[in-house]
Amino acid sequence: MAVTGLILVGFLLMHMYGNLKVFLGEEAFDHYAHWLKGDILYPLIPSGWFIWIFRAFMLAAILLHAGSAWRLARKAKAARGSKYVVRKTIQETYAARTMRWGGVILGTFLIFHLLQFTAQVIKTGWNSGAGPYEMFVVSFQQWWLVLAYALWMVTVCLHVRHGFWSAFATLGANTSATSRKIWNGLAYFIAVLLYVGFMIAPLAVAFGWVK
Amino acid sequence: MNITLRVWRQANGAAKGGMQTYQLADVSPDMSFLEMLDLLNEKLTIEGIEPVAFDHDCREGICGMCGVVINGSAHGRSASPVPTTTCQLHMRSFADGATIDVEPWRAGGFPVIKDLVVDRTAFDRIIQAGGYISVNTGSAPDANAAPVPKVKADRAFDAATCIGCGACVAACPNGSAMLFTSAKITHLAMLPQGQPERWSRVKGMVAQHDAEGFGGCTNIGECAAVCPKGIPLDTIGQLNRDLMTSLFKSDGK
Repeated sequence: MAVTGLILVGFLLMHMYGNLKVFLGEEAFDHYAHWLKGDILYPLIPSGWFIWIFRAFMLAAILLHAGSAWRLARKAKAARGSKYVVRKTIQETYAARTMRWGGVILGTFLIFHLLQFTAQVIKTGWNSGAGPYEMFVVSFQQWWLVLAYALWMVTVCLHVRHGFWSAFATLGANTSATSRKIWNGLAYFIAVLLYVGFMIAPLAVAFGWVK
Repeated sequence: MNITLRVWRQANGAAKGGMQTYQLADVSPDMSFLEMLDLLNEKLTIEGIEPVAFDHDCREGICGMCGVVINGSAHGRSASPVPTTTCQLHMRSFADGATIDVEPWRAGGFPVIKDLVVDRTAFDRIIQAGGYISVNTGSAPDANAAPVPKVKADRAFDAATCIGCGACVAACPNGSAMLFTSAKITHLAMLPQGQPERWSRVKGMVAQHDAEGFGGCTNIGECAAVCPKGIPLDTIGQLNRDLMTSLFKSDGK
Protein backbone atom coordinates (compact mmCIF):
# COMPACT_ATOMS: atom_id res chain seq x y z
CA MET A 1 0.00 0.00 0.00
CA ALA A 2 2.71 2.46 1.04
CA VAL A 3 5.18 1.49 -1.69
CA THR A 4 2.63 1.54 -4.52
CA GLY A 5 1.19 4.79 -3.16
CA LEU A 6 4.59 6.47 -3.26
CA ILE A 7 5.14 5.19 -6.81
CA LEU A 8 1.85 6.83 -7.79
CA VAL A 9 2.80 10.11 -6.06
CA GLY A 10 6.09 10.02 -7.98
CA PHE A 11 4.15 9.55 -11.21
CA LEU A 12 1.86 12.49 -10.35
CA LEU A 13 4.87 14.76 -9.82
CA MET A 14 6.32 13.70 -13.19
CA HIS A 15 2.97 14.09 -14.95
CA MET A 16 2.56 17.55 -13.43
CA TYR A 17 6.02 18.57 -14.64
CA GLY A 18 5.18 17.33 -18.14
CA ASN A 19 1.92 19.29 -18.20
CA LEU A 20 3.75 22.51 -17.41
CA LYS A 21 5.51 22.17 -20.76
CA VAL A 22 2.30 23.55 -22.24
CA PHE A 23 3.69 26.98 -21.38
CA LEU A 24 6.66 26.35 -23.70
CA GLY A 25 4.36 26.27 -26.71
CA GLU A 26 2.84 23.72 -29.06
CA GLU A 27 6.07 22.45 -30.58
CA ALA A 28 7.82 21.74 -27.27
CA PHE A 29 4.72 20.10 -25.75
CA ASP A 30 4.03 17.87 -28.75
CA HIS A 31 7.70 16.95 -29.04
CA TYR A 32 7.72 15.89 -25.38
CA ALA A 33 4.49 13.90 -25.82
CA HIS A 34 5.88 12.09 -28.86
CA TRP A 35 9.16 11.40 -27.09
CA LEU A 36 7.24 9.63 -24.31
CA LYS A 37 5.87 7.20 -26.88
CA GLY A 38 9.07 7.12 -28.89
CA ASP A 39 12.64 6.01 -28.36
CA ILE A 40 13.14 6.21 -24.58
CA LEU A 41 15.82 3.66 -23.57
CA TYR A 42 16.44 2.82 -27.25
CA PRO A 43 18.51 0.80 -28.22
CA LEU A 44 18.35 -1.05 -24.88
CA ILE A 45 14.71 -1.83 -25.71
CA PRO A 46 13.05 -1.47 -29.11
CA SER A 47 11.70 1.97 -29.93
CA GLY A 48 8.17 2.53 -28.65
CA TRP A 49 8.32 -0.23 -26.05
CA PHE A 50 9.04 1.99 -23.09
CA ILE A 51 5.57 3.51 -22.92
CA TRP A 52 3.96 0.05 -22.80
CA ILE A 53 6.34 -1.24 -20.14
CA PHE A 54 5.65 1.94 -18.18
CA ARG A 55 1.87 1.58 -18.58
CA ALA A 56 2.02 -2.03 -17.40
CA PHE A 57 4.08 -0.91 -14.39
CA MET A 58 1.58 1.85 -13.54
CA LEU A 59 -1.38 -0.50 -13.96
CA ALA A 60 0.29 -3.02 -11.66
CA ALA A 61 0.92 -0.28 -9.08
CA ILE A 62 -2.71 0.89 -9.23
CA LEU A 63 -4.12 -2.65 -9.03
CA LEU A 64 -1.84 -3.60 -6.11
CA HIS A 65 -2.72 -0.31 -4.36
CA ALA A 66 -6.47 -0.82 -4.82
CA GLY A 67 -6.13 -4.50 -3.93
CA SER A 68 -4.44 -3.80 -0.60
CA ALA A 69 -6.95 -1.02 0.10
CA TRP A 70 -9.75 -3.51 -0.50
CA ARG A 71 -8.17 -6.05 1.84
CA LEU A 72 -7.57 -3.42 4.53
CA ALA A 73 -11.15 -2.16 4.24
CA ARG A 74 -12.57 -5.68 4.48
CA LYS A 75 -10.43 -6.39 7.52
CA ALA A 76 -11.34 -3.07 9.14
CA LYS A 77 -15.05 -3.71 8.67
CA ALA A 78 -14.78 -7.05 10.48
CA ALA A 79 -12.45 -5.62 13.15
CA ARG A 80 -14.68 -2.61 13.85
CA GLY A 81 -17.57 -4.82 14.93
CA SER A 82 -20.91 -3.17 15.55
CA LYS A 83 -21.24 0.56 14.97
CA TYR A 84 -21.18 3.13 17.76
CA VAL A 85 -24.50 4.87 18.34
CA VAL A 86 -22.58 8.09 18.97
CA ARG A 87 -19.07 8.63 17.67
CA LYS A 88 -16.87 11.68 18.08
CA THR A 89 -13.42 11.76 16.52
CA ILE A 90 -10.58 13.83 17.92
CA GLN A 91 -7.62 13.42 15.62
CA GLU A 92 -9.03 12.05 12.36
CA THR A 93 -8.70 14.47 9.45
CA TYR A 94 -11.20 14.79 6.61
CA ALA A 95 -8.50 13.51 4.24
CA ALA A 96 -7.88 10.42 6.39
CA ARG A 97 -11.60 9.69 6.76
CA THR A 98 -12.23 9.85 3.01
CA MET A 99 -9.26 7.74 1.85
CA ARG A 100 -11.34 4.73 0.81
CA TRP A 101 -14.33 6.28 -0.92
CA GLY A 102 -12.16 9.17 -2.11
CA GLY A 103 -9.88 6.61 -3.72
CA VAL A 104 -12.82 4.97 -5.48
CA ILE A 105 -14.09 8.35 -6.73
CA LEU A 106 -10.71 9.53 -8.02
CA GLY A 107 -10.12 6.11 -9.60
CA THR A 108 -13.43 6.38 -11.47
CA PHE A 109 -12.47 9.79 -12.81
CA LEU A 110 -9.08 8.38 -13.82
CA ILE A 111 -10.91 6.03 -16.19
CA PHE A 112 -12.64 9.05 -17.79
CA HIS A 113 -9.30 10.85 -18.00
CA LEU A 114 -7.65 7.90 -19.77
CA LEU A 115 -10.60 7.48 -22.15
CA GLN A 116 -10.36 11.18 -22.91
CA PHE A 117 -6.66 11.84 -23.45
CA THR A 118 -5.01 8.42 -23.80
CA ALA A 119 -7.53 6.25 -25.65
CA GLN A 120 -9.20 9.37 -27.12
CA VAL A 121 -12.56 7.62 -27.16
CA ILE A 122 -14.29 10.57 -25.48
CA LYS A 123 -13.45 13.58 -27.66
CA THR A 124 -14.06 16.83 -25.80
CA GLY A 125 -14.25 19.21 -28.73
CA TRP A 126 -11.37 18.10 -30.96
CA ASN A 127 -11.36 16.07 -34.19
CA SER A 128 -9.43 12.89 -34.95
CA GLY A 129 -5.77 13.53 -35.64
CA ALA A 130 -5.45 16.45 -33.22
CA GLY A 131 -2.04 16.76 -31.53
CA PRO A 132 -1.57 16.62 -27.74
CA TYR A 133 -1.30 20.41 -27.44
CA GLU A 134 -4.46 20.96 -29.49
CA MET A 135 -6.37 18.40 -27.39
CA PHE A 136 -5.23 20.09 -24.19
CA VAL A 137 -6.16 23.61 -25.31
CA VAL A 138 -9.49 22.72 -26.95
CA SER A 139 -10.55 20.75 -23.86
CA PHE A 140 -9.76 23.38 -21.27
CA GLN A 141 -11.30 26.20 -23.23
CA GLN A 142 -14.51 24.64 -21.88
CA TRP A 143 -15.31 25.80 -18.35
CA TRP A 144 -17.19 22.66 -17.32
CA LEU A 145 -14.10 20.54 -17.99
CA VAL A 146 -11.87 22.91 -16.02
CA LEU A 147 -14.36 22.70 -13.16
CA ALA A 148 -14.54 18.90 -13.37
CA TYR A 149 -10.75 18.64 -13.30
CA ALA A 150 -10.52 21.16 -10.44
CA LEU A 151 -12.87 18.95 -8.40
CA TRP A 152 -11.04 15.79 -9.39
CA MET A 153 -7.75 17.29 -8.30
CA VAL A 154 -9.29 18.14 -4.91
CA THR A 155 -10.00 14.42 -4.39
CA VAL A 156 -6.52 13.49 -5.64
CA CYS A 157 -4.73 16.02 -3.44
CA LEU A 158 -6.76 15.15 -0.33
CA HIS A 159 -5.78 11.53 -0.96
CA VAL A 160 -2.12 12.52 -1.27
CA ARG A 161 -2.36 14.74 1.82
CA HIS A 162 -3.04 11.75 4.09
CA GLY A 163 -1.44 9.12 1.87
CA PHE A 164 2.01 10.69 1.66
CA TRP A 165 2.40 10.93 5.44
CA SER A 166 0.74 7.55 5.98
CA ALA A 167 3.06 5.81 3.50
CA PHE A 168 6.17 7.03 5.28
CA ALA A 169 4.67 6.22 8.69
CA THR A 170 3.94 2.66 7.51
CA LEU A 171 7.51 2.35 6.26
CA GLY A 172 8.66 3.24 9.79
CA ALA A 173 9.78 6.83 9.17
CA ASN A 174 7.65 8.24 12.00
CA THR A 175 10.30 8.28 14.70
CA SER A 176 9.13 11.11 16.98
CA ALA A 177 6.50 13.82 17.43
CA THR A 178 8.77 16.17 15.47
CA SER A 179 9.19 13.76 12.56
CA ARG A 180 5.41 13.33 12.50
CA LYS A 181 5.04 17.09 12.09
CA ILE A 182 7.66 17.12 9.33
CA TRP A 183 6.03 14.29 7.36
CA ASN A 184 2.61 15.87 7.71
CA GLY A 185 4.05 19.23 6.64
CA LEU A 186 5.66 17.60 3.61
CA ALA A 187 2.36 15.90 2.81
CA TYR A 188 0.58 19.27 2.81
CA PHE A 189 3.36 20.72 0.66
CA ILE A 190 3.20 17.94 -1.95
CA ALA A 191 -0.62 18.08 -2.01
CA VAL A 192 -0.68 21.85 -2.56
CA LEU A 193 2.18 21.66 -5.07
CA LEU A 194 0.30 19.02 -7.07
CA TYR A 195 -2.91 21.04 -6.98
CA VAL A 196 -1.28 24.26 -8.13
CA GLY A 197 0.96 22.50 -10.64
CA PHE A 198 -1.87 20.57 -12.23
CA MET A 199 -4.48 23.35 -12.24
CA ILE A 200 -2.31 26.24 -13.43
CA ALA A 201 -2.13 25.02 -17.06
CA PRO A 202 -5.89 24.33 -17.52
CA LEU A 203 -6.67 27.69 -15.87
CA ALA A 204 -4.20 29.47 -18.16
CA VAL A 205 -6.03 27.92 -21.13
CA ALA A 206 -9.45 28.78 -19.67
CA PHE A 207 -8.43 32.43 -19.20
CA GLY A 208 -7.03 32.54 -22.71
CA TRP A 209 -3.37 33.06 -21.74
CA VAL A 210 -2.42 29.86 -23.53
CA LYS A 211 -4.03 29.38 -26.95
CA MET B 1 -26.29 17.98 39.05
CA ASN B 2 -29.13 16.35 37.21
CA ILE B 3 -28.16 14.32 34.16
CA THR B 4 -29.78 12.13 31.56
CA LEU B 5 -27.89 8.93 30.80
CA ARG B 6 -28.29 6.86 27.68
CA VAL B 7 -26.59 3.56 28.48
CA TRP B 8 -25.99 0.55 26.25
CA ARG B 9 -27.80 -2.46 27.74
CA GLN B 10 -27.09 -5.93 26.41
CA ALA B 11 -28.02 -9.04 28.42
CA ASN B 12 -25.19 -11.16 26.99
CA GLY B 13 -22.92 -11.53 23.99
CA ALA B 14 -25.56 -13.19 21.84
CA ALA B 15 -28.39 -10.82 22.78
CA LYS B 16 -29.31 -7.75 20.80
CA GLY B 17 -28.39 -4.59 22.69
CA GLY B 18 -29.81 -1.10 22.71
CA MET B 19 -29.59 2.28 24.40
CA GLN B 20 -31.68 2.77 27.56
CA THR B 21 -32.42 6.20 28.98
CA TYR B 22 -32.16 6.88 32.73
CA GLN B 23 -32.61 10.12 34.66
CA LEU B 24 -30.18 10.62 37.51
CA ALA B 25 -30.54 13.37 40.16
CA ASP B 26 -28.19 14.63 42.90
CA VAL B 27 -24.96 13.85 41.09
CA SER B 28 -22.01 15.59 42.72
CA PRO B 29 -19.64 17.33 40.30
CA ASP B 30 -16.78 15.80 42.31
CA MET B 31 -17.90 12.25 41.63
CA SER B 32 -15.84 10.22 39.23
CA PHE B 33 -17.67 8.84 36.24
CA LEU B 34 -17.65 5.38 37.83
CA GLU B 35 -19.06 6.72 41.13
CA MET B 36 -21.85 8.25 39.08
CA LEU B 37 -22.48 4.81 37.55
CA ASP B 38 -22.48 3.36 41.12
CA LEU B 39 -25.15 5.91 42.03
CA LEU B 40 -27.16 4.87 38.98
CA ASN B 41 -26.85 1.21 39.95
CA GLU B 42 -28.03 1.91 43.52
CA LYS B 43 -31.05 3.65 42.08
CA LEU B 44 -31.73 0.83 39.62
CA THR B 45 -31.37 -1.80 42.36
CA ILE B 46 -33.91 -0.03 44.57
CA GLU B 47 -36.25 0.21 41.60
CA GLY B 48 -35.83 -3.52 40.98
CA ILE B 49 -34.04 -3.06 37.65
CA GLU B 50 -30.91 -5.05 36.80
CA PRO B 51 -27.86 -2.81 37.50
CA VAL B 52 -25.57 -1.79 34.63
CA ALA B 53 -22.55 -4.10 34.37
CA PHE B 54 -19.24 -2.25 33.90
CA ASP B 55 -15.59 -3.12 34.43
CA HIS B 56 -13.52 -1.39 37.09
CA ASP B 57 -10.82 -2.18 39.63
CA CYS B 58 -8.25 0.24 41.07
CA ARG B 59 -10.11 3.48 40.28
CA GLU B 60 -6.76 5.23 40.33
CA GLY B 61 -6.13 5.23 36.59
CA ILE B 62 -3.33 2.67 36.74
CA CYS B 63 -4.87 -0.78 36.26
CA GLY B 64 -6.51 -0.49 32.84
CA MET B 65 -9.66 -2.32 33.87
CA CYS B 66 -12.24 0.42 33.39
CA GLY B 67 -13.14 1.94 30.09
CA VAL B 68 -16.31 2.93 28.30
CA VAL B 69 -17.07 5.14 25.33
CA ILE B 70 -18.59 8.37 26.63
CA ASN B 71 -20.30 10.75 24.21
CA GLY B 72 -18.61 8.95 21.33
CA SER B 73 -15.02 9.04 22.55
CA ALA B 74 -13.09 6.41 24.50
CA HIS B 75 -12.76 7.25 28.24
CA GLY B 76 -14.73 10.43 27.46
CA ARG B 77 -11.56 12.01 26.08
CA SER B 78 -13.55 14.64 24.17
CA ALA B 79 -15.10 15.86 27.46
CA SER B 80 -11.87 15.78 29.46
CA PRO B 81 -9.20 18.51 29.34
CA VAL B 82 -6.43 15.93 29.83
CA PRO B 83 -5.79 12.31 28.79
CA THR B 84 -7.74 10.18 31.23
CA THR B 85 -9.14 6.81 32.18
CA THR B 86 -12.88 6.58 32.81
CA CYS B 87 -12.31 6.37 36.59
CA GLN B 88 -10.32 9.60 36.58
CA LEU B 89 -12.92 11.49 34.58
CA HIS B 90 -15.06 13.59 36.88
CA MET B 91 -18.62 14.76 36.55
CA ARG B 92 -17.47 18.39 36.64
CA SER B 93 -16.38 17.81 33.04
CA PHE B 94 -20.08 17.72 32.14
CA ALA B 95 -22.71 20.43 32.28
CA ASP B 96 -25.70 20.25 34.63
CA GLY B 97 -28.65 18.82 32.72
CA ALA B 98 -26.41 17.17 30.13
CA THR B 99 -27.35 14.04 28.23
CA ILE B 100 -24.46 11.56 28.34
CA ASP B 101 -24.16 8.55 26.04
CA VAL B 102 -22.33 5.52 27.44
CA GLU B 103 -21.35 2.59 25.22
CA PRO B 104 -18.95 -0.35 25.54
CA TRP B 105 -15.69 -0.63 23.54
CA ARG B 106 -16.79 -1.87 20.15
CA ALA B 107 -14.43 -4.07 18.16
CA GLY B 108 -14.47 -7.48 16.52
CA GLY B 109 -11.63 -8.51 18.85
CA PHE B 110 -13.54 -7.29 21.94
CA PRO B 111 -16.88 -9.13 22.06
CA VAL B 112 -19.43 -7.70 24.53
CA ILE B 113 -19.95 -9.92 27.58
CA LYS B 114 -22.69 -7.85 29.19
CA ASP B 115 -23.79 -4.20 29.01
CA LEU B 116 -20.53 -2.20 29.14
CA VAL B 117 -18.22 -5.16 29.83
CA VAL B 118 -16.16 -6.53 26.94
CA ASP B 119 -13.82 -9.51 26.65
CA ARG B 120 -10.26 -8.21 26.27
CA THR B 121 -8.42 -11.53 26.59
CA ALA B 122 -7.22 -11.01 23.00
CA PHE B 123 -4.67 -8.62 24.52
CA ASP B 124 -3.41 -11.37 26.84
CA ARG B 125 -2.89 -13.67 23.86
CA ILE B 126 -0.95 -10.94 21.99
CA ILE B 127 1.32 -10.56 25.04
CA GLN B 128 1.70 -14.35 25.27
CA ALA B 129 2.85 -14.36 21.64
CA GLY B 130 6.04 -12.48 22.52
CA GLY B 131 5.50 -9.59 24.93
CA TYR B 132 7.96 -10.92 27.49
CA ILE B 133 11.65 -11.66 28.00
CA SER B 134 12.97 -15.09 28.91
CA VAL B 135 15.34 -15.05 31.90
CA ASN B 136 16.98 -18.07 33.48
CA THR B 137 16.59 -18.27 37.23
CA GLY B 138 19.59 -17.59 39.41
CA SER B 139 20.89 -14.80 41.61
CA ALA B 140 19.85 -11.28 40.70
CA PRO B 141 22.38 -9.44 38.50
CA ASP B 142 24.16 -6.38 39.89
CA ALA B 143 22.25 -3.15 39.55
CA ASN B 144 23.47 -1.12 36.57
CA ALA B 145 25.41 -4.12 35.22
CA ALA B 146 23.61 -3.62 31.91
CA PRO B 147 24.02 0.01 30.81
CA VAL B 148 21.00 1.62 29.12
CA PRO B 149 21.28 5.03 27.41
CA LYS B 150 19.05 7.63 29.10
CA VAL B 151 17.07 8.41 25.94
CA LYS B 152 16.28 4.74 25.37
CA ALA B 153 15.43 4.16 29.02
CA ASP B 154 12.98 7.09 28.89
CA ARG B 155 11.39 5.77 25.72
CA ALA B 156 11.08 2.27 27.21
CA PHE B 157 9.46 3.69 30.36
CA ASP B 158 7.03 5.84 28.35
CA ALA B 159 5.96 2.83 26.30
CA ALA B 160 5.77 0.62 29.40
CA THR B 161 3.11 2.89 30.92
CA CYS B 162 0.53 1.21 28.66
CA ILE B 163 -2.13 -0.27 30.95
CA GLY B 164 -3.79 -2.35 28.23
CA CYS B 165 -7.20 -0.72 28.66
CA GLY B 166 -8.10 -1.07 24.98
CA ALA B 167 -9.11 2.54 24.35
CA CYS B 168 -6.86 2.57 21.26
CA VAL B 169 -8.86 -0.28 19.71
CA ALA B 170 -12.16 1.32 20.73
CA ALA B 171 -11.20 4.60 19.03
CA CYS B 172 -9.56 3.20 15.90
CA PRO B 173 -11.71 3.47 12.76
CA ASN B 174 -10.04 0.22 11.61
CA GLY B 175 -10.43 -1.60 14.94
CA SER B 176 -6.66 -2.00 15.05
CA ALA B 177 -4.67 -2.78 18.22
CA MET B 178 -1.41 -1.48 16.77
CA LEU B 179 -0.83 1.12 19.50
CA PHE B 180 -1.15 -1.51 22.24
CA THR B 181 1.08 -4.00 20.39
CA SER B 182 3.66 -1.36 19.48
CA ALA B 183 3.85 -0.08 23.08
CA LYS B 184 5.10 -3.49 24.24
CA ILE B 185 7.37 -3.85 21.18
CA THR B 186 8.93 -0.43 21.84
CA HIS B 187 9.23 -1.02 25.60
CA LEU B 188 11.27 -4.20 25.13
CA ALA B 189 13.11 -3.16 21.95
CA MET B 190 14.73 -0.22 23.77
CA LEU B 191 16.25 -2.35 26.54
CA PRO B 192 19.23 -4.74 26.42
CA GLN B 193 17.11 -7.45 28.09
CA GLY B 194 14.69 -7.33 25.17
CA GLN B 195 17.28 -7.85 22.43
CA PRO B 196 17.65 -11.69 22.33
CA GLU B 197 13.99 -12.19 21.40
CA ARG B 198 13.48 -8.87 19.60
CA TRP B 199 12.85 -10.15 16.06
CA SER B 200 10.81 -13.24 16.92
CA ARG B 201 8.77 -11.07 19.31
CA VAL B 202 7.63 -8.59 16.69
CA LYS B 203 6.76 -11.35 14.21
CA GLY B 204 4.86 -13.34 16.84
CA MET B 205 2.95 -10.42 18.32
CA VAL B 206 1.89 -8.94 14.96
CA ALA B 207 0.80 -12.38 13.73
CA GLN B 208 -1.27 -12.88 16.90
CA HIS B 209 -2.69 -9.34 16.56
CA ASP B 210 -3.94 -10.19 13.08
CA ALA B 211 -5.17 -13.63 14.13
CA GLU B 212 -7.30 -12.02 16.86
CA GLY B 213 -9.18 -10.17 14.15
CA PHE B 214 -7.89 -6.67 14.78
CA GLY B 215 -7.62 -4.40 11.75
CA GLY B 216 -4.66 -2.76 10.03
CA CYS B 217 -3.17 0.64 10.92
CA THR B 218 -3.81 3.50 8.48
CA ASN B 219 -1.98 6.15 10.56
CA ILE B 220 -5.03 8.24 11.46
CA GLY B 221 -3.98 8.85 15.07
CA GLU B 222 -7.28 8.41 16.95
CA CYS B 223 -5.61 5.81 19.19
CA ALA B 224 -2.91 8.11 20.54
CA ALA B 225 -5.46 10.91 20.93
CA VAL B 226 -7.54 8.90 23.44
CA CYS B 227 -4.71 6.97 25.14
CA PRO B 228 -4.89 7.71 28.89
CA LYS B 229 -1.14 7.16 29.18
CA GLY B 230 -0.14 9.27 26.20
CA ILE B 231 1.53 6.42 24.29
CA PRO B 232 2.79 8.31 21.21
CA LEU B 233 2.00 7.36 17.63
CA ASP B 234 5.71 6.91 16.90
CA THR B 235 5.72 3.64 18.86
CA ILE B 236 3.83 2.27 15.83
CA GLY B 237 6.73 3.60 13.74
CA GLN B 238 9.07 1.54 15.94
CA LEU B 239 6.91 -1.56 15.40
CA ASN B 240 6.93 -1.01 11.63
CA ARG B 241 10.73 -0.61 11.56
CA ASP B 242 11.25 -3.68 13.75
CA LEU B 243 8.80 -5.73 11.69
CA MET B 244 10.61 -4.82 8.46
CA THR B 245 14.02 -5.58 9.98
CA SER B 246 12.70 -8.90 11.35
CA LEU B 247 11.89 -10.01 7.80
CA PHE B 248 15.65 -10.14 7.16
CA LYS B 249 16.29 -12.18 10.33
CA SER B 250 15.88 -15.93 10.60
CA ASP B 251 14.46 -15.68 14.17
CA GLY B 252 10.87 -16.65 14.71
CA LYS B 253 8.65 -17.74 11.89
